Amino acid sequence: MSASPAPEFGSLAEIAASVRTGATSARAILAQSLDRVRELEGDLHCFNEVTIEHAEADADAVDRMVRSGRDPGPLAGVPVALKDNLCTEGIPTTCSSKILAGWLPPYDATVVSRLREAGAVAVGKTNLDEFAMGSSTENSAFGPTKNPWDTGRVPGGSSGGSAAAVASGMVPLSFGSDTGGSIRQPAALCGIVGVKPTYGVVSRYGLIAFASSLDQIGPFTTTVADAALALEVIAGHDPMDSTSLDRPAPDMLSTLTDGVSGLRVGIVDDFLTDGSESSDAVVLAAAALALAGAKVDHVKIPDLLLGLPAYYLIAPAEASSNLSRYDGVRYGLRVDGPDTETMNSRTRGQGFGPEVKRRIMMGTYALSAGYYDAYYGQAQKARTLVIRAFDAAYKNFDVLLTPTTPTVAFPFGSKVDDPIEMYMCDLCSIPSSLAGHPAVSVPFALSSEGLPIGVQVLAPALGEAVMMRVAASLETAAAREARGPVTP
Amino acid sequence: MSEEERLITPDEVRHVARLARLALDEDEVGRYAQQLSALLENVDAIRRLDTADVPPTAHPFPVENVLRADFETPSLDRDPVLAQAPVAESNRFRVPRILGEAP
Amino acid sequence: MTEYETVVGLEVHCELSTATKLFCGCRNAFGDEPNTNICPVCLGLPGSLPVINRRAVELALRIGRALNCSARRSIFHRKNYFYPDMPKDYQISQYDEPINVDGWLELPDGSRVGVERAHMEEDTGKTTHVGGGGRIHEAGYSLVDYNRAGVPLVEIVSRPDIRSAGQAKAYVDELRSILVATGASDGRMEEGSLRVDANVSVRPMGSVEFGTRCEVKNLNSLRSLERAIEYEVERQIALIEAGERVAQETRHFDEGDNSTHSMRSKEEANDYRYFPEPDLTPLVPDAGLLAAAAEGVGPMPAERRHRLSELISSSSELATRRDGSTDQVVTVVDLGLDELVHGAVVAGADPRLALARAANEAAANPEAARQLAPKVFADLLKMEASGQLSATQSKEVLAQLMDKGGDPAKIAKRLGYEQMDSSALGAMVDDVIAAHPQEWQRYRDGDDKVAQFLSGQVMKASRGQANGKLVAEAFASRRES
Repeated sequence: MSASPAPEFGSLAEIAASVRTGATSARAILAQSLDRVRELEGDLHCFNEVTIEHAEADADAVDRMVRSGRDPGPLAGVPVALKDNLCTEGIPTTCSSKILAGWLPPYDATVVSRLREAGAVAVGKTNLDEFAMGSSTENSAFGPTKNPWDTGRVPGGSSGGSAAAVASGMVPLSFGSDTGGSIRQPAALCGIVGVKPTYGVVSRYGLIAFASSLDQIGPFTTTVADAALALEVIAGHDPMDSTSLDRPAPDMLSTLTDGVSGLRVGIVDDFLTDGSESSDAVVLAAAALALAGAKVDHVKIPDLLLGLPAYYLIAPAEASSNLSRYDGVRYGLRVDGPDTETMNSRTRGQGFGPEVKRRIMMGTYALSAGYYDAYYGQAQKARTLVIRAFDAAYKNFDVLLTPTTPTVAFPFGSKVDDPIEMYMCDLCSIPSSLAGHPAVSVPFALSSEGLPIGVQVLAPALGEAVMMRVAASLETAAAREARGPVTP
Repeated sequence: MSEEERLITPDEVRHVARLARLALDEDEVGRYAQQLSALLENVDAIRRLDTADVPPTAHPFPVENVLRADFETPSLDRDPVLAQAPVAESNRFRVPRILGEAP
Repeated sequence: MTEYETVVGLEVHCELSTATKLFCGCRNAFGDEPNTNICPVCLGLPGSLPVINRRAVELALRIGRALNCSARRSIFHRKNYFYPDMPKDYQISQYDEPINVDGWLELPDGSRVGVERAHMEEDTGKTTHVGGGGRIHEAGYSLVDYNRAGVPLVEIVSRPDIRSAGQAKAYVDELRSILVATGASDGRMEEGSLRVDANVSVRPMGSVEFGTRCEVKNLNSLRSLERAIEYEVERQIALIEAGERVAQETRHFDEGDNSTHSMRSKEEANDYRYFPEPDLTPLVPDAGLLAAAAEGVGPMPAERRHRLSELISSSSELATRRDGSTDQVVTVVDLGLDELVHGAVVAGADPRLALARAANEAAANPEAARQLAPKVFADLLKMEASGQLSATQSKEVLAQLMDKGGDPAKIAKRLGYEQMDSSALGAMVDDVIAAHPQEWQRYRDGDDKVAQFLSGQVMKASRGQANGKLVAEAFASRRES
């Protein structure tokens, strides 16, 4: 599938400008979005819930503000889709799990509030792997999402619905969450831009937790500039999140088009495989940066390979604890029993899918008496080694390049029965998650089958500006046909 | 991997499932024992790492003393919250009888 | 016959007197309508995150300081277990890096009990069991109120230094006084702001190793605490004497028959799978926190007892006396009357007399006594010491002072407590001598014991108005002559 004309929205800045000046109405933009949703949603299943009435009300509010001479904000009228693990007050938030089916949060996530304050119009809640655990969105309790480039293939995960919504032209902006690659990998598989910010730059308050020391919220867009704008809107300190950094949002836009002259770019050899088209794309990308004036070199950082096994101990451990609260007592599914303990077990046994159960058990085991030191304890030390390895590399480089993920979009069912194969999708994205560093996937090339390949740019903590600058440069060299939106 | 070589036995799976309050049928116990053993094998490199003198990282960044002032903020309205409860009674959350005392 | 030693360690949970909960801004209040002080955080709703209450940290540091602990850099851990009163099915607590360690507490009798740690953690909700006999596993179902979930607690763990039920009671009493004195908690066992669990074991006297200990829960009063310990000690000794092993277990105290019962045994011990809380940052007791912890906190009961004792014993005539002044010191400090005594002494009153009158008489009305001006108290005491007023008269004037206020001299005058002039006194003494010749003879022959009888007769005749000291002197001088 190559890019064929999908109705384009224009850039986020353009949408907002035309709404703010009254040249277009938020309702009109919303209508364009909803038309596209109606056209394709039946096939693609990007959404768990399309919130038409709420969206129309929000759009009306934006238009009213404009008419009364007030500024609705930098994302005025922009239709957005929200991953269904972001709490939205009064709107079902399910994490694509039976255990939370129909749950109505009594509050909005901080990011959701900030988007509304910026004038964005939420169109609906998108599908994901259950509780954000997966790399294909096949683990959703409500059925998978299809990749707009080839509907026999996965869009990636866990934020598959959000990625497909942008990649199919339903919305120009969506949000996902990234714990080990859950924004970047679907972005790569869907030919769009996806950013994971530095840990702590975006508030997690209202993001339903998977792994607390790794989770971050980030945007999906069709361009790097749009992603920078969106990230600037949602980022910045939140007193409701103790792990949120006490600083304002990073400024990426000012230096976005400064070019890469003199920047030192490192190709991480440990993530390249001979003969892999994803690896080839990275080499091509590096060459493009060199042409643009960057100093490019290869670098070996073997300790980064500790990332995958460390992650698959740390993330499940934290998740096993974060998911304990789903016990049938206060909200969500309850499967009855003669006593509370039995009720808990039946509820969770039936309410969680197999991947979630697998990870809960893995995590419980890794933390359990007698095993803590060998597994969780060791994994947290391996994490230190990953951080030290990055720190050493960043003494000599400003950014690093890797494939975003080892493969292109794979057919449904091809990995879902082999958890380890599925986990390998995160090989290149996990190390930066463990370190808390920012990372971005930029659609760069098409595979020989015509499927998008993403290149990942990594930067040190709080290096969003230089990272997006490099990403913007890559984007200008990228194959235009490798980038969505597309029509399935 | 043979039964004896498995890193996690079915008994251990049952134990972990009990700790995690996950009701599993016997098929699932067997299947998860197999899958979890394979996973543990894959992460075994971590166990064997020499980490003397390497401190664990609990947080990516060393921030300390994030605190808030002791001022009241509005609580939630009780009714919509209880409306979400699977079973509520007398303005409380109702659960079946509890077998043990709290630890 | 083997003699056994009682070994007790106490775990005391106390609720902190903050305005809001430990991790959210919901009100920290007792007795409100169920589930009205809840929010996404303390209800553990998906997506919620905790943020530490600064005041709770200050109070925790205050408690640690009052218990002579070292304040440390600390982190929170998650203690994972399932229970309906726990909204997240894990409790945010502190594990191996707690905020206060290695302290001690001094009891009124001077003995010390070590405090291993005093750490912070969040409280759980409250469960009510419905149906059945009220015992939890007989109930039909349970109802949960989360108002209390997230209330800040400090858990104070003593070393196993306690050697009797009485000492355990004294420990909890003293701890409560300290908590109230620091303002950190109101320490009410009946309201649940102070909860005590006891770890009880026995061992042969002289043994260094500890015996198997049992944890006893459901101790809702000091009385229960004492009785539970006594019962446990007896039970364990009986088992050992019968050649059986004491099982390490948790037992429930039954208020009905003052016994302990084994709780329904779990198939396996709890594995809490502690790991560092990723949603919170470490706590470092920096200058700001430590200053706030020390601010406005007066001396602790032990220190006040020491100061008062020094006041008394520095009065030279008392250094050798064993006269129950220790008990008086404890009472006076307990009632908050030590400042009154100090103030009176500064204004010239006799220390021992001030202490005695405060412990015995003023104690009858402590609230009024706390309003008494030290100088006024001193004036009265001086009148008594000089012989102007008898002890009886002095006590009456004090009672009037506390009841209505005023001036001691004026009150004495109004009550007709004029000093009896020496000739009237002498006449009374002579009358008594004349009326009791045999007793007088015995006294003259050197029998001092009969002096009390003789003096008593004068006091009776004078209806308590005579000054005892002067009466004794009158008899003594007549004997000489």
